[in-house]
Amino acid sequence: MNITRIIAAAALASAALAGGTASATEITFYYPIAVGGPIPKIIDGYVEEFAKAHPDITVKPVYTGSYQDSIVKAMTAAKAGTPPDVAVLLSTDMFSLVDDDLIEPIDTLATSDADKTWLKSFYPAFMANSQAGGHTWGIPFQRSTIVQYWNKDAFKAAGLDPDKAPASWDEMVAFGKKLTRRDASGQVSQWGVEIPSSGFPYWLFQALTTQNGAILANQDGTKVAYNDAKVVEAAQFFADLSTKYEVMPKGIIDWGTTPKDFFEGKTAVMWTTTGNLTNVRNNAKFAFGVAPMPAKLRGGSPTGGGNLYIFKNKDKAKEAAALEFAKFLTTPEKAADWGIATGYVATRADAWETPAMKKYAADFPPAAIARDQLKEAVAELSTHDNQRVTKSLNDALQAILTGGKPAQPALDQAQAEATRILAAYQH
Amino acid sequence: MNASSQQPRPPPLTPPHKGEGKTGPDLTIHVRGWLLALPAVVLLAAFTHVPAIRTIIESFYATPHGARPAPFIGLAQYRAMLDDPIFWRAITNNLLYALITVPVSVAIALIMALWVNGKIRGRAVLRLAFFIPTVLPMVAAANIWLFFYTPDYGLLNQIGRAFGFASINWLGDTATVLPALMAVTIWKEAGFFMIFFLAALQQVRPDLYEAARMENASRWQIFWRITWPLVMPTTLFVAINALINAFRVVDQVIAMTGGGPNNATTLLLFYVYQVAFSFWDSGYAAALSTVLLSALAAVALAQFFFVDRRIHYR
Repeated sequence: MNITRIIAAAALASAALAGGTASATEITFYYPIAVGGPIPKIIDGYVEEFAKAHPDITVKPVYTGSYQDSIVKAMTAAKAGTPPDVAVLLSTDMFSLVDDDLIEPIDTLATSDADKTWLKSFYPAFMANSQAGGHTWGIPFQRSTIVQYWNKDAFKAAGLDPDKAPASWDEMVAFGKKLTRRDASGQVSQWGVEIPSSGFPYWLFQALTTQNGAILANQDGTKVAYNDAKVVEAAQFFADLSTKYEVMPKGIIDWGTTPKDFFEGKTAVMWTTTGNLTNVRNNAKFAFGVAPMPAKLRGGSPTGGGNLYIFKNKDKAKEAAALEFAKFLTTPEKAADWGIATGYVATRADAWETPAMKKYAADFPPAAIARDQLKEAVAELSTHDNQRVTKSLNDALQAILTGGKPAQPALDQAQAEATRILAAYQH
Repeated sequence: MNASSQQPRPPPLTPPHKGEGKTGPDLTIHVRGWLLALPAVVLLAAFTHVPAIRTIIESFYATPHGARPAPFIGLAQYRAMLDDPIFWRAITNNLLYALITVPVSVAIALIMALWVNGKIRGRAVLRLAFFIPTVLPMVAAANIWLFFYTPDYGLLNQIGRAFGFASINWLGDTATVLPALMAVTIWKEAGFFMIFFLAALQQVRPDLYEAARMENASRWQIFWRITWPLVMPTTLFVAINALINAFRVVDQVIAMTGGGPNNATTLLLFYVYQVAFSFWDSGYAAALSTVLLSALAAVALAQFFFVDRRIHYR
């Protein structure tokens, strides 16, 4: 009984306090979880801290599952008339959100001089996926690139320099041949390299096309170049790694089990997201290294990951509150903290100058590899009707990798399909 | 109804003669009947019938974007479907899926039921063992099988390697991936269908078997002449269910392959999901759903009107 009374009194007191300030603006924040770690706890901590600095705004964080679950929830909620106010969704969802008229261009909300400086503070490689049609639609939040992880012990055993990762396509093949080990019956016990090809092969493939000097889509997401000669050449190399050079397993390599293959010593090199850094650090029982992507004509990787979007709302106070929260989540200190906690790349240069980040990068130098690679990074493939246009490329790649079709006709077909879908968006 | 002696007697169940009592008792019994059925009718209508009808209507409209209204486009979605290679791939995959999983899982279920219906030691444990796959959620089962199928260190390949077979990339090859998914479905469904067969077998009168044995009938004759005809209604029920399930497969596709590689495991329902929630093309998804709905309705109607009549019910 006593406890109930105390709670009642506390409730009354807090109601009185809340009444003292102006009526609070409540905003909803959708966020997905795509990496390991106590993400909800970190987010709740940020929300609490934000509440202290902004007593007039109440943020309601909602964990919405995977990226795919989150976009489904956000789109469905928006169609039902109750959109989230701010959400973390894939940077490649931008065109879908714009085409359905669901998000506010952030440059129209962030108009003060300080706001304009804020918009310019992020790495240009990340902004490439956040801008279209002269507007900024997303703020980089949890972003990544592809890097290669290599097993130093396996390199040493194969007679290679354990501190030197393959730096070119030729070295990938040459090192791979030394690293691929076969037993007497011809069974492979260790592969030279694994580049995952399940689910979203286009993303890893885009690293190869970038290195070969091709750009897959234009900035406005209305045209793709799937059957460009350089893209065909990259696809042929992707397939050759397993069929011609025999340094990579045949067929589709599963994205989810690739890190496990690496830990088990089944592959000496793997390509995967920087988001796996903490996972590898905790699970690799051998000395490992992290390196930027190898080069052909150039180095480079597509970026990946999620942006903050502000949803349209008739209540302009909510949009302003959402902007305030987005700014809070992307200060140099928060960007550094989030990067250290999750393994994502801190999204702005000044975040790397904070004491916390400096200490982290000094203790664990691989953390800075992804950042250094940003100089050569390109926007992740993203167009109008994005998932359909990328699916045509995914299907072509899987057909090529499983031996169903040669590279040229498969990519010609993907190009025709994508052009047909994008015809509606040519102005 | 019988218990309510305080209330006025319920009207007689025999229909009244023409011309008399057209309003009073006749109406009440209908109202009462409808009231009793109301909760079920409302739930079914709200969550099944209305959405189904709306889906059919939406399939004649283009997909709306933003606040713009969706224009009526008649049969355009269906015409696009005819030209859509992935749709045809999904249909082919689905038919193959049904063609193989239905007979195999029904046959295995019957064999298991015959086995655990006999008087053998450890029967209860065996029945439980057969039934366990059914209890697991599909996504959990799919994750277990994901581990079985992993190349090189997965269970299947470890066993294969012990016997000197080359490692197979079960889910990474267009030739093996669909059969690999079928195996999961069969594994999961056979135990469930076994329960129905077990119940049916226990309904067969033992004197039939005794008589057969006195006539010196072989075990095959006993099965073929007595057991098989008498469990026929169950077989039909199970086969129809298996067929409907084959068109409703989606969980393991999402959990194990995402429809790949190159659409080798894209089944109809998965494609509907992809078009609706990855491509956000609700109009086309509605048209695909309508096709799926018609196929399932056709199966159900076939059961009611044709096959039912040929089966001997006791």
